[in-house]
Amino acid sequence: MTLANEWPLWEVFVRSKQGLEHKHSGSLHAVDATQALQMARDVYTRRQEGVSIWVVPSTAITASAPDDKAEFFDPAGDKIYRHPTFYKIPDAVGHM
Amino acid sequence: MASAANAHIQYLLHLADNALVLGQRNAEWCGCGPVLEEDIAMANISVDLIGQARMLYQHAANLKGDGATEDTLAYFRDAPDFRNFTLLELPHSEPGNGSGVRDYAVTIVRNFLYSALMVLRWEALRQSTDAQLAAIAERSVKETRYHLRHSRDWLVRMGDGTAESHAKTQAAWHHLMPYTAEFWTECAVEQEACVGGIAVAGASLRDDWQGVVNDAAREATLTSPVAIRSPDGTMARPIAWPQGKHGDHSPCLAPLLAEMQSLARQHPGATW
Repeated sequence: MTLANEWPLWEVFVRSKQGLEHKHSGSLHAVDATQALQMARDVYTRRQEGVSIWVVPSTAITASAPDDKAEFFDPAGDKIYRHPTFYKIPDAVGHM
Repeated sequence: MASAANAHIQYLLHLADNALVLGQRNAEWCGCGPVLEEDIAMANISVDLIGQARMLYQHAANLKGDGATEDTLAYFRDAPDFRNFTLLELPHSEPGNGSGVRDYAVTIVRNFLYSALMVLRWEALRQSTDAQLAAIAERSVKETRYHLRHSRDWLVRMGDGTAESHAKTQAAWHHLMPYTAEFWTECAVEQEACVGGIAVAGASLRDDWQGVVNDAAREATLTSPVAIRSPDGTMARPIAWPQGKHGDHSPCLAPLLAEMQSLARQHPGATW
Protein backbone atom coordinates (compact mmCIF):
# COMPACT_ATOMS: atom_id res chain seq x y z
CA MET A 1 0.00 0.00 0.00
CA THR A 2 2.69 2.52 -0.95
CA LEU A 3 -0.05 4.61 -2.58
CA ALA A 4 -1.87 5.11 0.72
CA ASN A 5 1.39 6.11 2.37
CA GLU A 6 1.88 8.89 -0.15
CA TRP A 7 -1.54 10.43 0.38
CA PRO A 8 -1.65 13.19 2.98
CA LEU A 9 -3.48 12.69 6.26
CA TRP A 10 -6.58 14.73 7.16
CA GLU A 11 -8.32 15.24 10.49
CA VAL A 12 -12.10 14.99 10.35
CA PHE A 13 -14.51 17.04 12.49
CA VAL A 14 -18.24 16.29 12.43
CA ARG A 15 -21.14 18.28 13.83
CA SER A 16 -24.13 16.15 14.84
CA LYS A 17 -27.74 17.22 14.35
CA GLN A 18 -28.09 18.27 17.99
CA GLY A 19 -24.49 19.36 18.42
CA LEU A 20 -23.44 22.99 18.50
CA GLU A 21 -19.81 22.38 17.64
CA HIS A 22 -17.76 20.16 15.39
CA LYS A 23 -16.09 17.32 17.24
CA HIS A 24 -13.03 15.37 16.19
CA SER A 25 -14.10 12.04 14.69
CA GLY A 26 -10.83 10.64 13.40
CA SER A 27 -8.52 10.89 10.44
CA LEU A 28 -8.16 9.56 6.92
CA HIS A 29 -5.92 9.64 3.86
CA ALA A 30 -6.96 11.55 0.74
CA VAL A 31 -5.24 13.30 -2.14
CA ASP A 32 -6.91 16.70 -1.61
CA ALA A 33 -9.51 18.51 0.47
CA THR A 34 -12.44 17.76 -1.85
CA GLN A 35 -11.72 14.07 -1.78
CA ALA A 36 -11.10 14.14 1.96
CA LEU A 37 -14.56 15.63 2.46
CA GLN A 38 -16.20 12.92 0.36
CA MET A 39 -14.28 10.16 2.07
CA ALA A 40 -15.13 11.63 5.47
CA ARG A 41 -18.79 11.47 4.44
CA ASP A 42 -18.39 7.78 3.66
CA VAL A 43 -16.22 6.82 6.60
CA TYR A 44 -17.57 8.96 9.46
CA THR A 45 -21.25 9.77 8.70
CA ARG A 46 -22.60 6.40 7.57
CA ARG A 47 -24.75 6.07 10.67
CA GLN A 48 -26.29 9.54 10.61
CA GLU A 49 -23.57 10.94 12.83
CA GLY A 50 -23.52 14.36 11.23
CA VAL A 51 -24.99 17.25 9.30
CA SER A 52 -21.72 19.12 8.70
CA ILE A 53 -18.10 18.07 8.14
CA TRP A 54 -14.77 19.89 8.40
CA VAL A 55 -11.51 18.43 7.15
CA VAL A 56 -8.15 19.88 8.14
CA PRO A 57 -4.69 18.82 6.95
CA SER A 58 -3.11 17.00 9.88
CA THR A 59 0.08 18.94 9.25
CA ALA A 60 -1.83 22.18 10.03
CA ILE A 61 -2.35 21.08 13.61
CA THR A 62 0.24 21.99 16.21
CA ALA A 63 -0.05 19.63 19.16
CA SER A 64 1.30 19.91 22.69
CA ALA A 65 4.17 17.57 23.41
CA PRO A 66 3.72 14.68 25.85
CA ASP A 67 6.95 15.79 27.56
CA ASP A 68 5.32 19.12 28.45
CA LYS A 69 2.52 17.41 30.35
CA ALA A 70 3.91 18.21 33.80
CA GLU A 71 4.36 21.94 33.34
CA PHE A 72 1.37 22.39 31.05
CA PHE A 73 -1.36 20.57 32.91
CA ASP A 74 -0.35 19.53 36.41
CA PRO A 75 -0.44 23.07 37.89
CA ALA A 76 -4.20 23.25 37.27
CA GLY A 77 -4.76 20.16 39.37
CA ASP A 78 -5.10 21.79 42.79
CA LYS A 79 -6.89 25.00 41.88
CA ILE A 80 -10.45 23.97 42.48
CA TYR A 81 -11.45 27.61 43.07
CA ARG A 82 -11.31 28.00 39.29
CA HIS A 83 -14.46 25.89 38.99
CA PRO A 84 -17.64 27.97 39.34
CA THR A 85 -19.00 25.67 42.03
CA PHE A 86 -18.75 28.21 44.86
CA TYR A 87 -21.36 30.56 43.51
CA LYS A 88 -25.02 30.47 44.52
CA ILE A 89 -27.24 30.53 41.44
CA PRO A 90 -30.34 32.72 41.99
CA ASP A 91 -33.56 30.73 41.47
CA ALA A 92 -34.64 33.15 38.74
CA VAL A 93 -31.75 32.00 36.56
CA GLY A 94 -33.09 28.47 36.44
CA HIS A 95 -31.11 25.64 34.92
CA MET A 96 -27.68 26.58 33.65
CA MET B 1 -55.14 -5.54 -18.98
CA ALA B 2 -53.16 -8.58 -17.92
CA SER B 3 -50.42 -7.45 -20.26
CA ALA B 4 -50.29 -3.96 -18.73
CA ALA B 5 -50.13 -5.39 -15.21
CA ASN B 6 -47.39 -7.77 -16.30
CA ALA B 7 -45.44 -4.96 -17.96
CA HIS B 8 -45.66 -2.98 -14.73
CA ILE B 9 -44.13 -5.84 -12.73
CA GLN B 10 -41.51 -6.58 -15.40
CA TYR B 11 -40.46 -2.94 -15.43
CA LEU B 12 -40.03 -2.93 -11.65
CA LEU B 13 -37.99 -6.13 -11.93
CA HIS B 14 -35.77 -4.51 -14.55
CA LEU B 15 -35.04 -1.63 -12.15
CA ALA B 16 -34.57 -4.01 -9.22
CA ASP B 17 -32.32 -6.43 -11.10
CA ASN B 18 -30.12 -3.55 -12.25
CA ALA B 19 -29.59 -2.40 -8.68
CA LEU B 20 -29.10 -5.89 -7.24
CA VAL B 21 -26.63 -7.12 -9.86
CA LEU B 22 -24.46 -3.99 -9.73
CA GLY B 23 -24.66 -3.96 -5.93
CA GLN B 24 -23.47 -7.57 -5.83
CA ARG B 25 -20.69 -6.91 -8.35
CA ASN B 26 -19.38 -3.86 -6.53
CA ALA B 27 -19.51 -5.70 -3.21
CA GLU B 28 -16.68 -7.89 -4.55
CA TRP B 29 -14.38 -5.02 -3.58
CA CYS B 30 -15.43 -5.27 0.06
CA GLY B 31 -12.31 -5.96 2.10
CA CYS B 32 -9.92 -5.55 -0.85
CA GLY B 33 -10.53 -2.04 -2.14
CA PRO B 34 -7.59 0.03 -3.39
CA VAL B 35 -7.41 1.96 -0.10
CA LEU B 36 -9.36 1.66 3.13
CA GLU B 37 -11.40 4.85 2.61
CA GLU B 38 -12.41 3.79 -0.91
CA ASP B 39 -13.25 0.28 0.26
CA ILE B 40 -15.82 1.76 2.65
CA ALA B 41 -17.15 4.17 0.02
CA MET B 42 -17.73 1.35 -2.45
CA ALA B 43 -19.39 -0.82 0.20
CA ASN B 44 -21.71 2.10 1.02
CA ILE B 45 -22.66 2.34 -2.65
CA SER B 46 -23.37 -1.39 -2.78
CA VAL B 47 -25.60 -1.15 0.28
CA ASP B 48 -27.48 1.77 -1.31
CA LEU B 49 -28.05 -0.27 -4.47
CA ILE B 50 -29.16 -3.39 -2.62
CA GLY B 51 -31.51 -1.21 -0.54
CA GLN B 52 -33.03 0.16 -3.76
CA ALA B 53 -33.39 -3.40 -5.08
CA ARG B 54 -35.17 -4.48 -1.89
CA MET B 55 -37.76 -1.71 -2.09
CA LEU B 56 -38.43 -2.49 -5.74
CA TYR B 57 -38.66 -6.26 -5.19
CA GLN B 58 -41.03 -5.79 -2.25
CA HIS B 59 -43.24 -3.59 -4.40
CA ALA B 60 -43.13 -6.03 -7.33
CA ALA B 61 -43.89 -8.96 -5.00
CA ASN B 62 -46.98 -7.17 -3.63
CA LEU B 63 -48.26 -6.56 -7.15
CA LYS B 64 -47.45 -10.10 -8.23
CA GLY B 65 -49.04 -11.83 -5.25
CA ASP B 66 -49.12 -15.61 -5.43
CA GLY B 67 -46.64 -16.02 -2.58
CA ALA B 68 -43.92 -13.87 -4.16
CA THR B 69 -41.55 -12.10 -1.78
CA GLU B 70 -38.44 -9.99 -2.22
CA ASP B 71 -36.44 -13.17 -1.54
CA THR B 72 -38.18 -15.36 -4.10
CA LEU B 73 -37.61 -12.64 -6.71
CA ALA B 74 -33.95 -12.08 -5.84
CA TYR B 75 -32.85 -15.62 -4.98
CA PHE B 76 -35.10 -18.03 -6.83
CA ARG B 77 -35.08 -16.71 -10.38
CA ASP B 78 -32.41 -17.87 -12.83
CA ALA B 79 -30.22 -15.87 -15.20
CA PRO B 80 -32.64 -15.89 -18.18
CA ASP B 81 -35.33 -14.40 -15.91
CA PHE B 82 -33.16 -11.45 -14.90
CA ARG B 83 -33.79 -8.18 -16.74
CA ASN B 84 -30.73 -6.12 -15.78
CA PHE B 85 -28.59 -4.34 -18.38
CA THR B 86 -25.69 -6.55 -19.50
CA LEU B 87 -23.28 -3.72 -18.60
CA LEU B 88 -23.93 -4.31 -14.90
CA GLU B 89 -23.08 -8.02 -14.78
CA LEU B 90 -19.66 -7.79 -16.45
CA PRO B 91 -16.66 -8.59 -14.25
CA HIS B 92 -14.36 -5.82 -13.02
CA SER B 93 -11.50 -7.02 -15.20
CA GLU B 94 -10.65 -5.80 -18.68
CA PRO B 95 -11.54 -8.24 -21.48
CA GLY B 96 -8.56 -10.32 -22.52
CA ASN B 97 -7.17 -10.14 -19.03
CA GLY B 98 -7.09 -13.88 -18.46
CA SER B 99 -5.91 -13.51 -14.89
CA GLY B 100 -9.26 -11.94 -14.04
CA VAL B 101 -7.58 -9.34 -11.84
CA ARG B 102 -10.08 -6.65 -10.90
CA ASP B 103 -9.43 -3.24 -12.41
CA TYR B 104 -10.79 -0.23 -10.53
CA ALA B 105 -11.02 1.73 -13.78
CA VAL B 106 -13.72 -0.68 -15.02
CA THR B 107 -15.57 -0.30 -11.72
CA ILE B 108 -15.49 3.48 -11.86
CA VAL B 109 -16.37 3.84 -15.55
CA ARG B 110 -19.33 1.49 -15.16
CA ASN B 111 -20.61 3.24 -12.04
CA PHE B 112 -20.32 6.55 -13.85
CA LEU B 113 -22.17 5.44 -17.00
CA TYR B 114 -24.95 3.80 -14.99
CA SER B 115 -25.30 6.52 -12.33
CA ALA B 116 -25.50 9.20 -15.03
CA LEU B 117 -28.46 7.32 -16.48
CA MET B 118 -30.13 6.58 -13.15
CA VAL B 119 -30.03 10.17 -11.89
CA LEU B 120 -32.10 11.11 -14.96
CA ARG B 121 -34.37 8.08 -14.64
CA TRP B 122 -35.07 8.57 -10.93
CA GLU B 123 -35.68 12.29 -11.46
CA ALA B 124 -38.30 11.45 -14.10
CA LEU B 125 -39.80 8.55 -12.13
CA ARG B 126 -40.63 10.88 -9.25
CA GLN B 127 -43.63 11.77 -11.45
CA SER B 128 -44.64 8.13 -12.01
CA THR B 129 -48.36 7.37 -11.70
CA ASP B 130 -47.26 4.46 -9.50
CA ALA B 131 -47.08 6.33 -6.18
CA GLN B 132 -44.91 3.66 -4.58
CA LEU B 133 -42.39 3.81 -7.42
CA ALA B 134 -42.44 7.62 -7.24
CA ALA B 135 -41.58 7.40 -3.52
CA ILE B 136 -38.74 4.95 -4.21
CA ALA B 137 -37.44 7.34 -6.89
CA GLU B 138 -37.56 10.27 -4.48
CA ARG B 139 -35.31 8.44 -2.06
CA SER B 140 -33.06 6.81 -4.65
CA VAL B 141 -32.27 9.97 -6.58
CA LYS B 142 -30.36 11.39 -3.60
CA GLU B 143 -28.28 8.23 -3.25
CA THR B 144 -27.64 8.07 -6.97
CA ARG B 145 -26.55 11.71 -7.19
CA TYR B 146 -23.84 10.84 -4.69
CA HIS B 147 -22.86 7.73 -6.70
CA LEU B 148 -22.51 9.95 -9.76
CA ARG B 149 -20.43 12.49 -7.88
CA HIS B 150 -18.18 9.75 -6.51
CA SER B 151 -17.60 7.98 -9.83
CA ARG B 152 -17.25 11.20 -11.85
CA ASP B 153 -14.67 12.48 -9.38
CA TRP B 154 -12.54 9.35 -9.81
CA LEU B 155 -13.14 9.28 -13.56
CA VAL B 156 -11.58 12.73 -13.92
CA ARG B 157 -8.76 12.01 -11.47
CA MET B 158 -7.78 8.78 -13.23
CA GLY B 159 -8.49 9.91 -16.81
CA ASP B 160 -6.55 13.14 -16.34
CA GLY B 161 -3.99 11.51 -14.05
CA THR B 162 -0.81 9.59 -14.82
CA ALA B 163 -0.08 7.93 -18.17
CA GLU B 164 -0.91 4.56 -16.62
CA SER B 165 -4.17 5.64 -15.00
CA HIS B 166 -5.23 7.36 -18.22
CA ALA B 167 -4.50 4.25 -20.31
CA LYS B 168 -6.49 2.02 -17.96
CA THR B 169 -9.44 4.41 -17.80
CA GLN B 170 -9.45 4.88 -21.57
CA ALA B 171 -9.39 1.09 -22.07
CA ALA B 172 -12.32 0.66 -19.66
CA TRP B 173 -14.18 3.46 -21.48
CA HIS B 174 -13.79 1.71 -24.85
CA HIS B 175 -14.66 -1.65 -23.35
CA LEU B 176 -17.88 -0.58 -21.63
CA MET B 177 -19.30 2.16 -23.87
CA PRO B 178 -20.81 -0.22 -26.47
CA TYR B 179 -22.90 -1.84 -23.74
CA THR B 180 -24.69 1.47 -23.13
CA ALA B 181 -26.42 1.06 -26.53
CA GLU B 182 -28.87 -1.11 -24.63
CA PHE B 183 -30.03 1.90 -22.60
CA TRP B 184 -31.84 3.24 -25.68
CA THR B 185 -33.05 0.25 -27.70
CA GLU B 186 -36.73 -0.54 -28.01
CA CYS B 187 -38.32 -2.45 -25.21
CA ALA B 188 -41.94 -3.67 -25.31
CA VAL B 189 -42.19 -3.82 -21.50
CA GLU B 190 -41.01 -0.24 -21.13
CA GLN B 191 -43.35 1.00 -23.88
CA GLU B 192 -46.32 -0.73 -22.29
CA ALA B 193 -45.44 0.65 -18.84
CA CYS B 194 -45.06 4.13 -20.31
CA VAL B 195 -48.62 4.09 -21.66
CA GLY B 196 -50.00 4.20 -18.15
CA GLY B 197 -47.43 6.77 -17.02
CA ILE B 198 -45.66 4.27 -14.78
CA ALA B 199 -42.32 4.20 -16.59
CA VAL B 200 -40.15 6.78 -18.31
CA ALA B 201 -39.07 6.19 -21.91
CA GLY B 202 -35.35 5.47 -21.78
CA ALA B 203 -34.68 6.98 -25.20
CA SER B 204 -36.09 10.35 -24.06
CA LEU B 205 -33.16 10.70 -21.64
CA ARG B 206 -30.48 10.03 -24.20
CA ASP B 207 -29.51 13.62 -25.06
CA ASP B 208 -29.23 14.63 -21.42
CA TRP B 209 -27.18 11.54 -20.63
CA GLN B 210 -24.90 12.17 -23.60
CA GLY B 211 -24.35 15.72 -22.35
CA VAL B 212 -23.30 14.51 -18.90
CA VAL B 213 -21.02 11.86 -20.41
CA ASN B 214 -19.39 14.18 -22.98
CA ASP B 215 -18.77 16.80 -20.34
CA ALA B 216 -17.03 14.33 -18.03
CA ALA B 217 -15.08 12.73 -20.89
CA ARG B 218 -13.72 16.12 -21.88
CA GLU B 219 -12.61 16.85 -18.35
CA ALA B 220 -11.12 13.38 -17.98
CA THR B 221 -9.35 13.69 -21.39
CA LEU B 222 -11.05 10.51 -22.65
CA THR B 223 -11.97 9.92 -26.28
CA SER B 224 -15.09 8.05 -27.33
CA PRO B 225 -15.42 5.89 -30.42
CA VAL B 226 -16.92 8.09 -33.15
CA ALA B 227 -19.41 5.43 -34.11
CA ILE B 228 -19.70 1.72 -33.76
CA ARG B 229 -19.31 0.27 -37.24
CA SER B 230 -19.15 -3.20 -38.66
CA PRO B 231 -16.21 -4.15 -40.94
CA ASP B 232 -18.06 -3.21 -44.16
CA GLY B 233 -18.50 0.33 -42.89
CA THR B 234 -22.22 0.22 -42.19
CA MET B 235 -23.50 0.84 -38.72
CA ALA B 236 -23.41 -2.28 -36.64
CA ARG B 237 -26.75 -3.18 -35.15
CA PRO B 238 -26.85 -2.61 -31.41
CA ILE B 239 -28.00 -6.21 -31.10
CA ALA B 240 -24.34 -7.20 -31.54
CA TRP B 241 -24.10 -7.04 -27.75
CA PRO B 242 -26.36 -9.22 -25.62
CA GLN B 243 -29.27 -7.21 -24.27
CA GLY B 244 -29.84 -8.23 -20.69
CA LYS B 245 -33.03 -6.23 -20.38
CA HIS B 246 -34.63 -8.81 -22.71
CA GLY B 247 -33.10 -11.69 -20.73
CA ASP B 248 -30.26 -12.15 -23.22
CA HIS B 249 -27.21 -12.11 -20.96
CA SER B 250 -23.45 -12.53 -21.18
CA PRO B 251 -21.96 -15.70 -19.65
CA CYS B 252 -20.89 -13.58 -16.65
CA LEU B 253 -24.32 -13.35 -14.99
CA ALA B 254 -24.92 -17.00 -14.11
CA PRO B 255 -21.78 -17.40 -11.91
CA LEU B 256 -22.57 -14.12 -10.14
CA LEU B 257 -26.11 -15.33 -9.36
CA ALA B 258 -24.87 -18.78 -8.35
CA GLU B 259 -22.66 -17.24 -5.66
CA MET B 260 -25.30 -14.76 -4.52
CA GLN B 261 -28.18 -17.27 -4.43
CA SER B 262 -26.43 -20.35 -3.05
CA LEU B 263 -27.07 -19.62 0.62
CA ALA B 264 -30.77 -18.88 0.18
CA ARG B 265 -31.17 -22.00 -1.95
CA GLN B 266 -29.40 -24.27 0.52
CA HIS B 267 -31.57 -23.00 3.36
CA PRO B 268 -34.92 -22.03 1.81
CA GLY B 269 -37.04 -19.89 4.10
CA ALA B 270 -34.20 -19.31 6.57
CA THR B 271 -34.44 -16.07 8.54
CA TRP B 272 -31.97 -14.09 10.62
